[in-house]
Amino acid sequence: MPDERQKKIRNFCIIAHIDHGKSTLADRLLERTGVLTEREMEDQVLDNMDIERERGITIKAQAVRMIYNARDGQEYVLNLIDTPGHVDFNYEVSRSLAACEGAVLVVDAAQGIEAQTLANVYLALEHDLEVMPVINKIDLPSAQPEHVKKEIEDVIGLDASDAPLISAKNGINIEEVLEKIITHIPPPVGDEEAPLRALIFDSYYDSYKGVIVYVRIKEGKVKVGDSIRMMYTGKEFQVTEVGYFRPGSLAAGRELLAGEVGYIAASIKNVKDTRVGDTITLTDNPAKEPLPGYKKVQSMVFCGIYPADGAKYGDLRDALEKLQLNDASLLFEPESSVALGFGFRCGFLGLLHMEIIQERLEREYNLDLVTTAPSVIYKVFKNNGEIVNIDNPTNLPPAAEIQKMEEPVVKATIMTPTEYVGNIMELSQERRGIYKDMSYIDEGRVMLTYEIPLNEIIYDFFDALKSRTKGYASLDYELLGYRESNLVKLDILLNGEIVDALSFIVHADKAYARGRRIAEKLKESIPRQQFEVPIQACIGGKIIARETVKAYRKDVLAKCYGGDITRKKKLLEKQKEGKKRMRQVGSVEVPQEAFMSVLKLDT
Amino acid sequence: MQSTLRKSVGLYIHIPFCKSKCYYCDFNSYAGMESYASDYFKALKNEIFIYSDKLKGDTVKSIFIGGGTPSLVDGRYIYEIINHCRQNLDIDRHAEISIETNPGTLSLEKLTTYAAAGINRLSMGLQAWQDSLLKTLGRIHRREEFVENFNIARRVGFKNINIDVIFGIPGQRLEEWDETITQIVRLDPEHVSCYSLKIEEDTVFGEKLASGSLVPVDDELDREMYYLAKDCLSRNKFNHYEISNFAKPGFECRHNLIYWKDESYIGVGAGAHSFFEGKRYNNTCGVESYIRQISRGNMPVENVHRIERNEEMSEFVILGLRLIGGIAANEFKLRFGTDIFSLYGKQLHQLSGRGLIQWDGERIRLTNLGLDVANQVFVEFI
Repeated sequence: MPDERQKKIRNFCIIAHIDHGKSTLADRLLERTGVLTEREMEDQVLDNMDIERERGITIKAQAVRMIYNARDGQEYVLNLIDTPGHVDFNYEVSRSLAACEGAVLVVDAAQGIEAQTLANVYLALEHDLEVMPVINKIDLPSAQPEHVKKEIEDVIGLDASDAPLISAKNGINIEEVLEKIITHIPPPVGDEEAPLRALIFDSYYDSYKGVIVYVRIKEGKVKVGDSIRMMYTGKEFQVTEVGYFRPGSLAAGRELLAGEVGYIAASIKNVKDTRVGDTITLTDNPAKEPLPGYKKVQSMVFCGIYPADGAKYGDLRDALEKLQLNDASLLFEPESSVALGFGFRCGFLGLLHMEIIQERLEREYNLDLVTTAPSVIYKVFKNNGEIVNIDNPTNLPPAAEIQKMEEPVVKATIMTPTEYVGNIMELSQERRGIYKDMSYIDEGRVMLTYEIPLNEIIYDFFDALKSRTKGYASLDYELLGYRESNLVKLDILLNGEIVDALSFIVHADKAYARGRRIAEKLKESIPRQQFEVPIQACIGGKIIARETVKAYRKDVLAKCYGGDITRKKKLLEKQKEGKKRMRQVGSVEVPQEAFMSVLKLDT
Repeated sequence: MQSTLRKSVGLYIHIPFCKSKCYYCDFNSYAGMESYASDYFKALKNEIFIYSDKLKGDTVKSIFIGGGTPSLVDGRYIYEIINHCRQNLDIDRHAEISIETNPGTLSLEKLTTYAAAGINRLSMGLQAWQDSLLKTLGRIHRREEFVENFNIARRVGFKNINIDVIFGIPGQRLEEWDETITQIVRLDPEHVSCYSLKIEEDTVFGEKLASGSLVPVDDELDREMYYLAKDCLSRNKFNHYEISNFAKPGFECRHNLIYWKDESYIGVGAGAHSFFEGKRYNNTCGVESYIRQISRGNMPVENVHRIERNEEMSEFVILGLRLIGGIAANEFKLRFGTDIFSLYGKQLHQLSGRGLIQWDGERIRLTNLGLDVANQVFVEFI
């Protein structure tokens, strides 16, 4: 039973499909509760990073504390925990959900339920959260709130009859959402006299205070000076500060009590010591058991990241280290490639995570990167009984030593308007998908379930899906496990030499087509050189495709523009700049775009 | 030797007016602005007057009136501007004085006026022999007008005539180019410039290329045309002396040689470029803003860039290698006090290994292959 103090607390999150208005609603709630005045508001306060704002997604969990004077005359503390909004971050999402008692489910009144809506709802229900639907964007001409309500009831089985109809963008009915949070979402429970058990749901590195750990106090209490222990990692620290969250800042307090959400600082140097999902307890009076649900995060997708300019290797390492300070799920270790020089093999939670890290490296750290084709982890069973995990095709043992190989397979859930079902089935078939199920969400939309090898998804599945459904289909996937598969290593040769950075592992049935396509793509992106350059795709020494880049015949500026030497030099400088961005692979100059172009074969 | 101490300069005078803009042209030129001619020439005179002080002690060894279409405006303007130069600058008695002309704008009267002004080199923009290709290029003239004016120019007494032609025009066949060169040789000019067409972004051709309605000539055909011109002109006693330029012995364009030998020149007029007193800079491009600034007594100069020694050496090599004769090692040493091999040894060795340049013990020059891919050579010195 919640005590009187706890009855005035609500801990909740907002879940939604990308673009359905989660962050906008969060902003409105902050505004309505006076945490922010309108003037202070920059759109979408909780999404701090440029990339988050641009893509309309949340990458890192955030939390903020609001005070709300409800219609019942009481003052409530509302803790909003903004969860990451993508399947790549499912584990982080699950820990954020575990810090809440309820979830506000935002559904777009025009678009209805999407794949991620469902995935997130199921996740919330798994954590016994009270899910409270809200229909957003009712101001849109295409809004169909009644239809969407019915969809929520039919597909999810939630009562949506009194779901608030809102427009977060225009600030319509925001108070109703706040009221419903009070009446609908249960207050926290937990004995504040019990030994401390605090759930870590995120953390970030602050250069002054060390790691700031985001916690939900499940039981007990914690204050400055307490000696704490991370129950899984066993690391111990002295608490230097506790407090609550304001948007973009921290408000130090005296202590955190059971049921509350806040932060702990304890001069922690490394985010790796504050793993999401770990339980914090007191060294003096430890809890017997940690909270359930802790998992060590595992990288699903790997790729090599190299600086376009070899001299920037040190800068790249520094940048990765800095990103890792705030993102313990980013893994990297040095590797070297004959074609690309020195770089790093990096592990990511998923494709989006990979793209975000690449984008942040380029934008926030101003680095020009060359990335290799992404890879999954293959399990290789050797004839000598050894089993090796391969995340870099270059390290694949010779075919003769391999007894069999296994690859990861995911369960992919795709929601789509019915007219694209044919296209999606075709696409899934092409990607070695095994059809599992199809069910109607309503007359116009279906949910398709496929089992698809992850290595088919990580290429350009999502792009292909979007382009074949005019952007209407949505995708969610989860790892099912490993399956035996007939896989081969496909090598690309330029001028007779293998380019290690272009090698990849592919299903034998698809190797020919992929090899041909890559050779064609490379022909488009490798400029003419002084000599003819043969491009070959080969499997185990057998050539399966060949293209040729002709030698250049002409590269000369004919005219002297009335003494305008500067202009001529600018052109040459540009040419030189382009040359610098080239990688010397044997005797062939390969532009960095060429390494990327092989990643997008369907377009 | 410092360039600031050199005692001779070239003078470039820019006339930015055109009857209409050719489809390939992205020079600083404007159609429909002839009404500014009077004010513009006044401004030119003022600018030349301003320079007269700075050029004290320097001899002008060439004047090049370029455009635009200098032959579009009344011949009187040209006559006066040259006279003005003579009054305010020290023009060498044997100075080469060139004017660029469009055959569609010439007449006996204009040509006579040019000759009277002391212009001794006429450059005629023929571009192509076939009227169909002239139309493709957006030229305002027909072949007939060119032939007629060429003959008039001879009668008026021009003994140094250049013909500009373009190859690699979209749709141009090798036979058409062959005809163009053959007919030029038959006319027997002193100088021929053969430019490989480059499609620039902000032109009609550029837009057509972007929209996919123009198919550029492929490199193979472009080179065949180039070889054909080299062959035919050489056989007819033209000396191939720069990537795109051919001249009868003694008729190499002295003004353009100033650029290629990295010597000093002054450019007057809208958008004109200068390399003077160790600085490169250009005038403001707009006709109106040029006139306005001059009328206020300001120099309309922009983008002033001091050329430091390293940059000057690089420019010397890049420009000099455009000449078929290349650059002489001792000239480099004389000018910069540095041995070219100790400075650029690595690049020269690499380029020679790629078969793009050759060294005969005195001079470094592009090979035939190097002529085709000269940019590959030049970038090594950037």
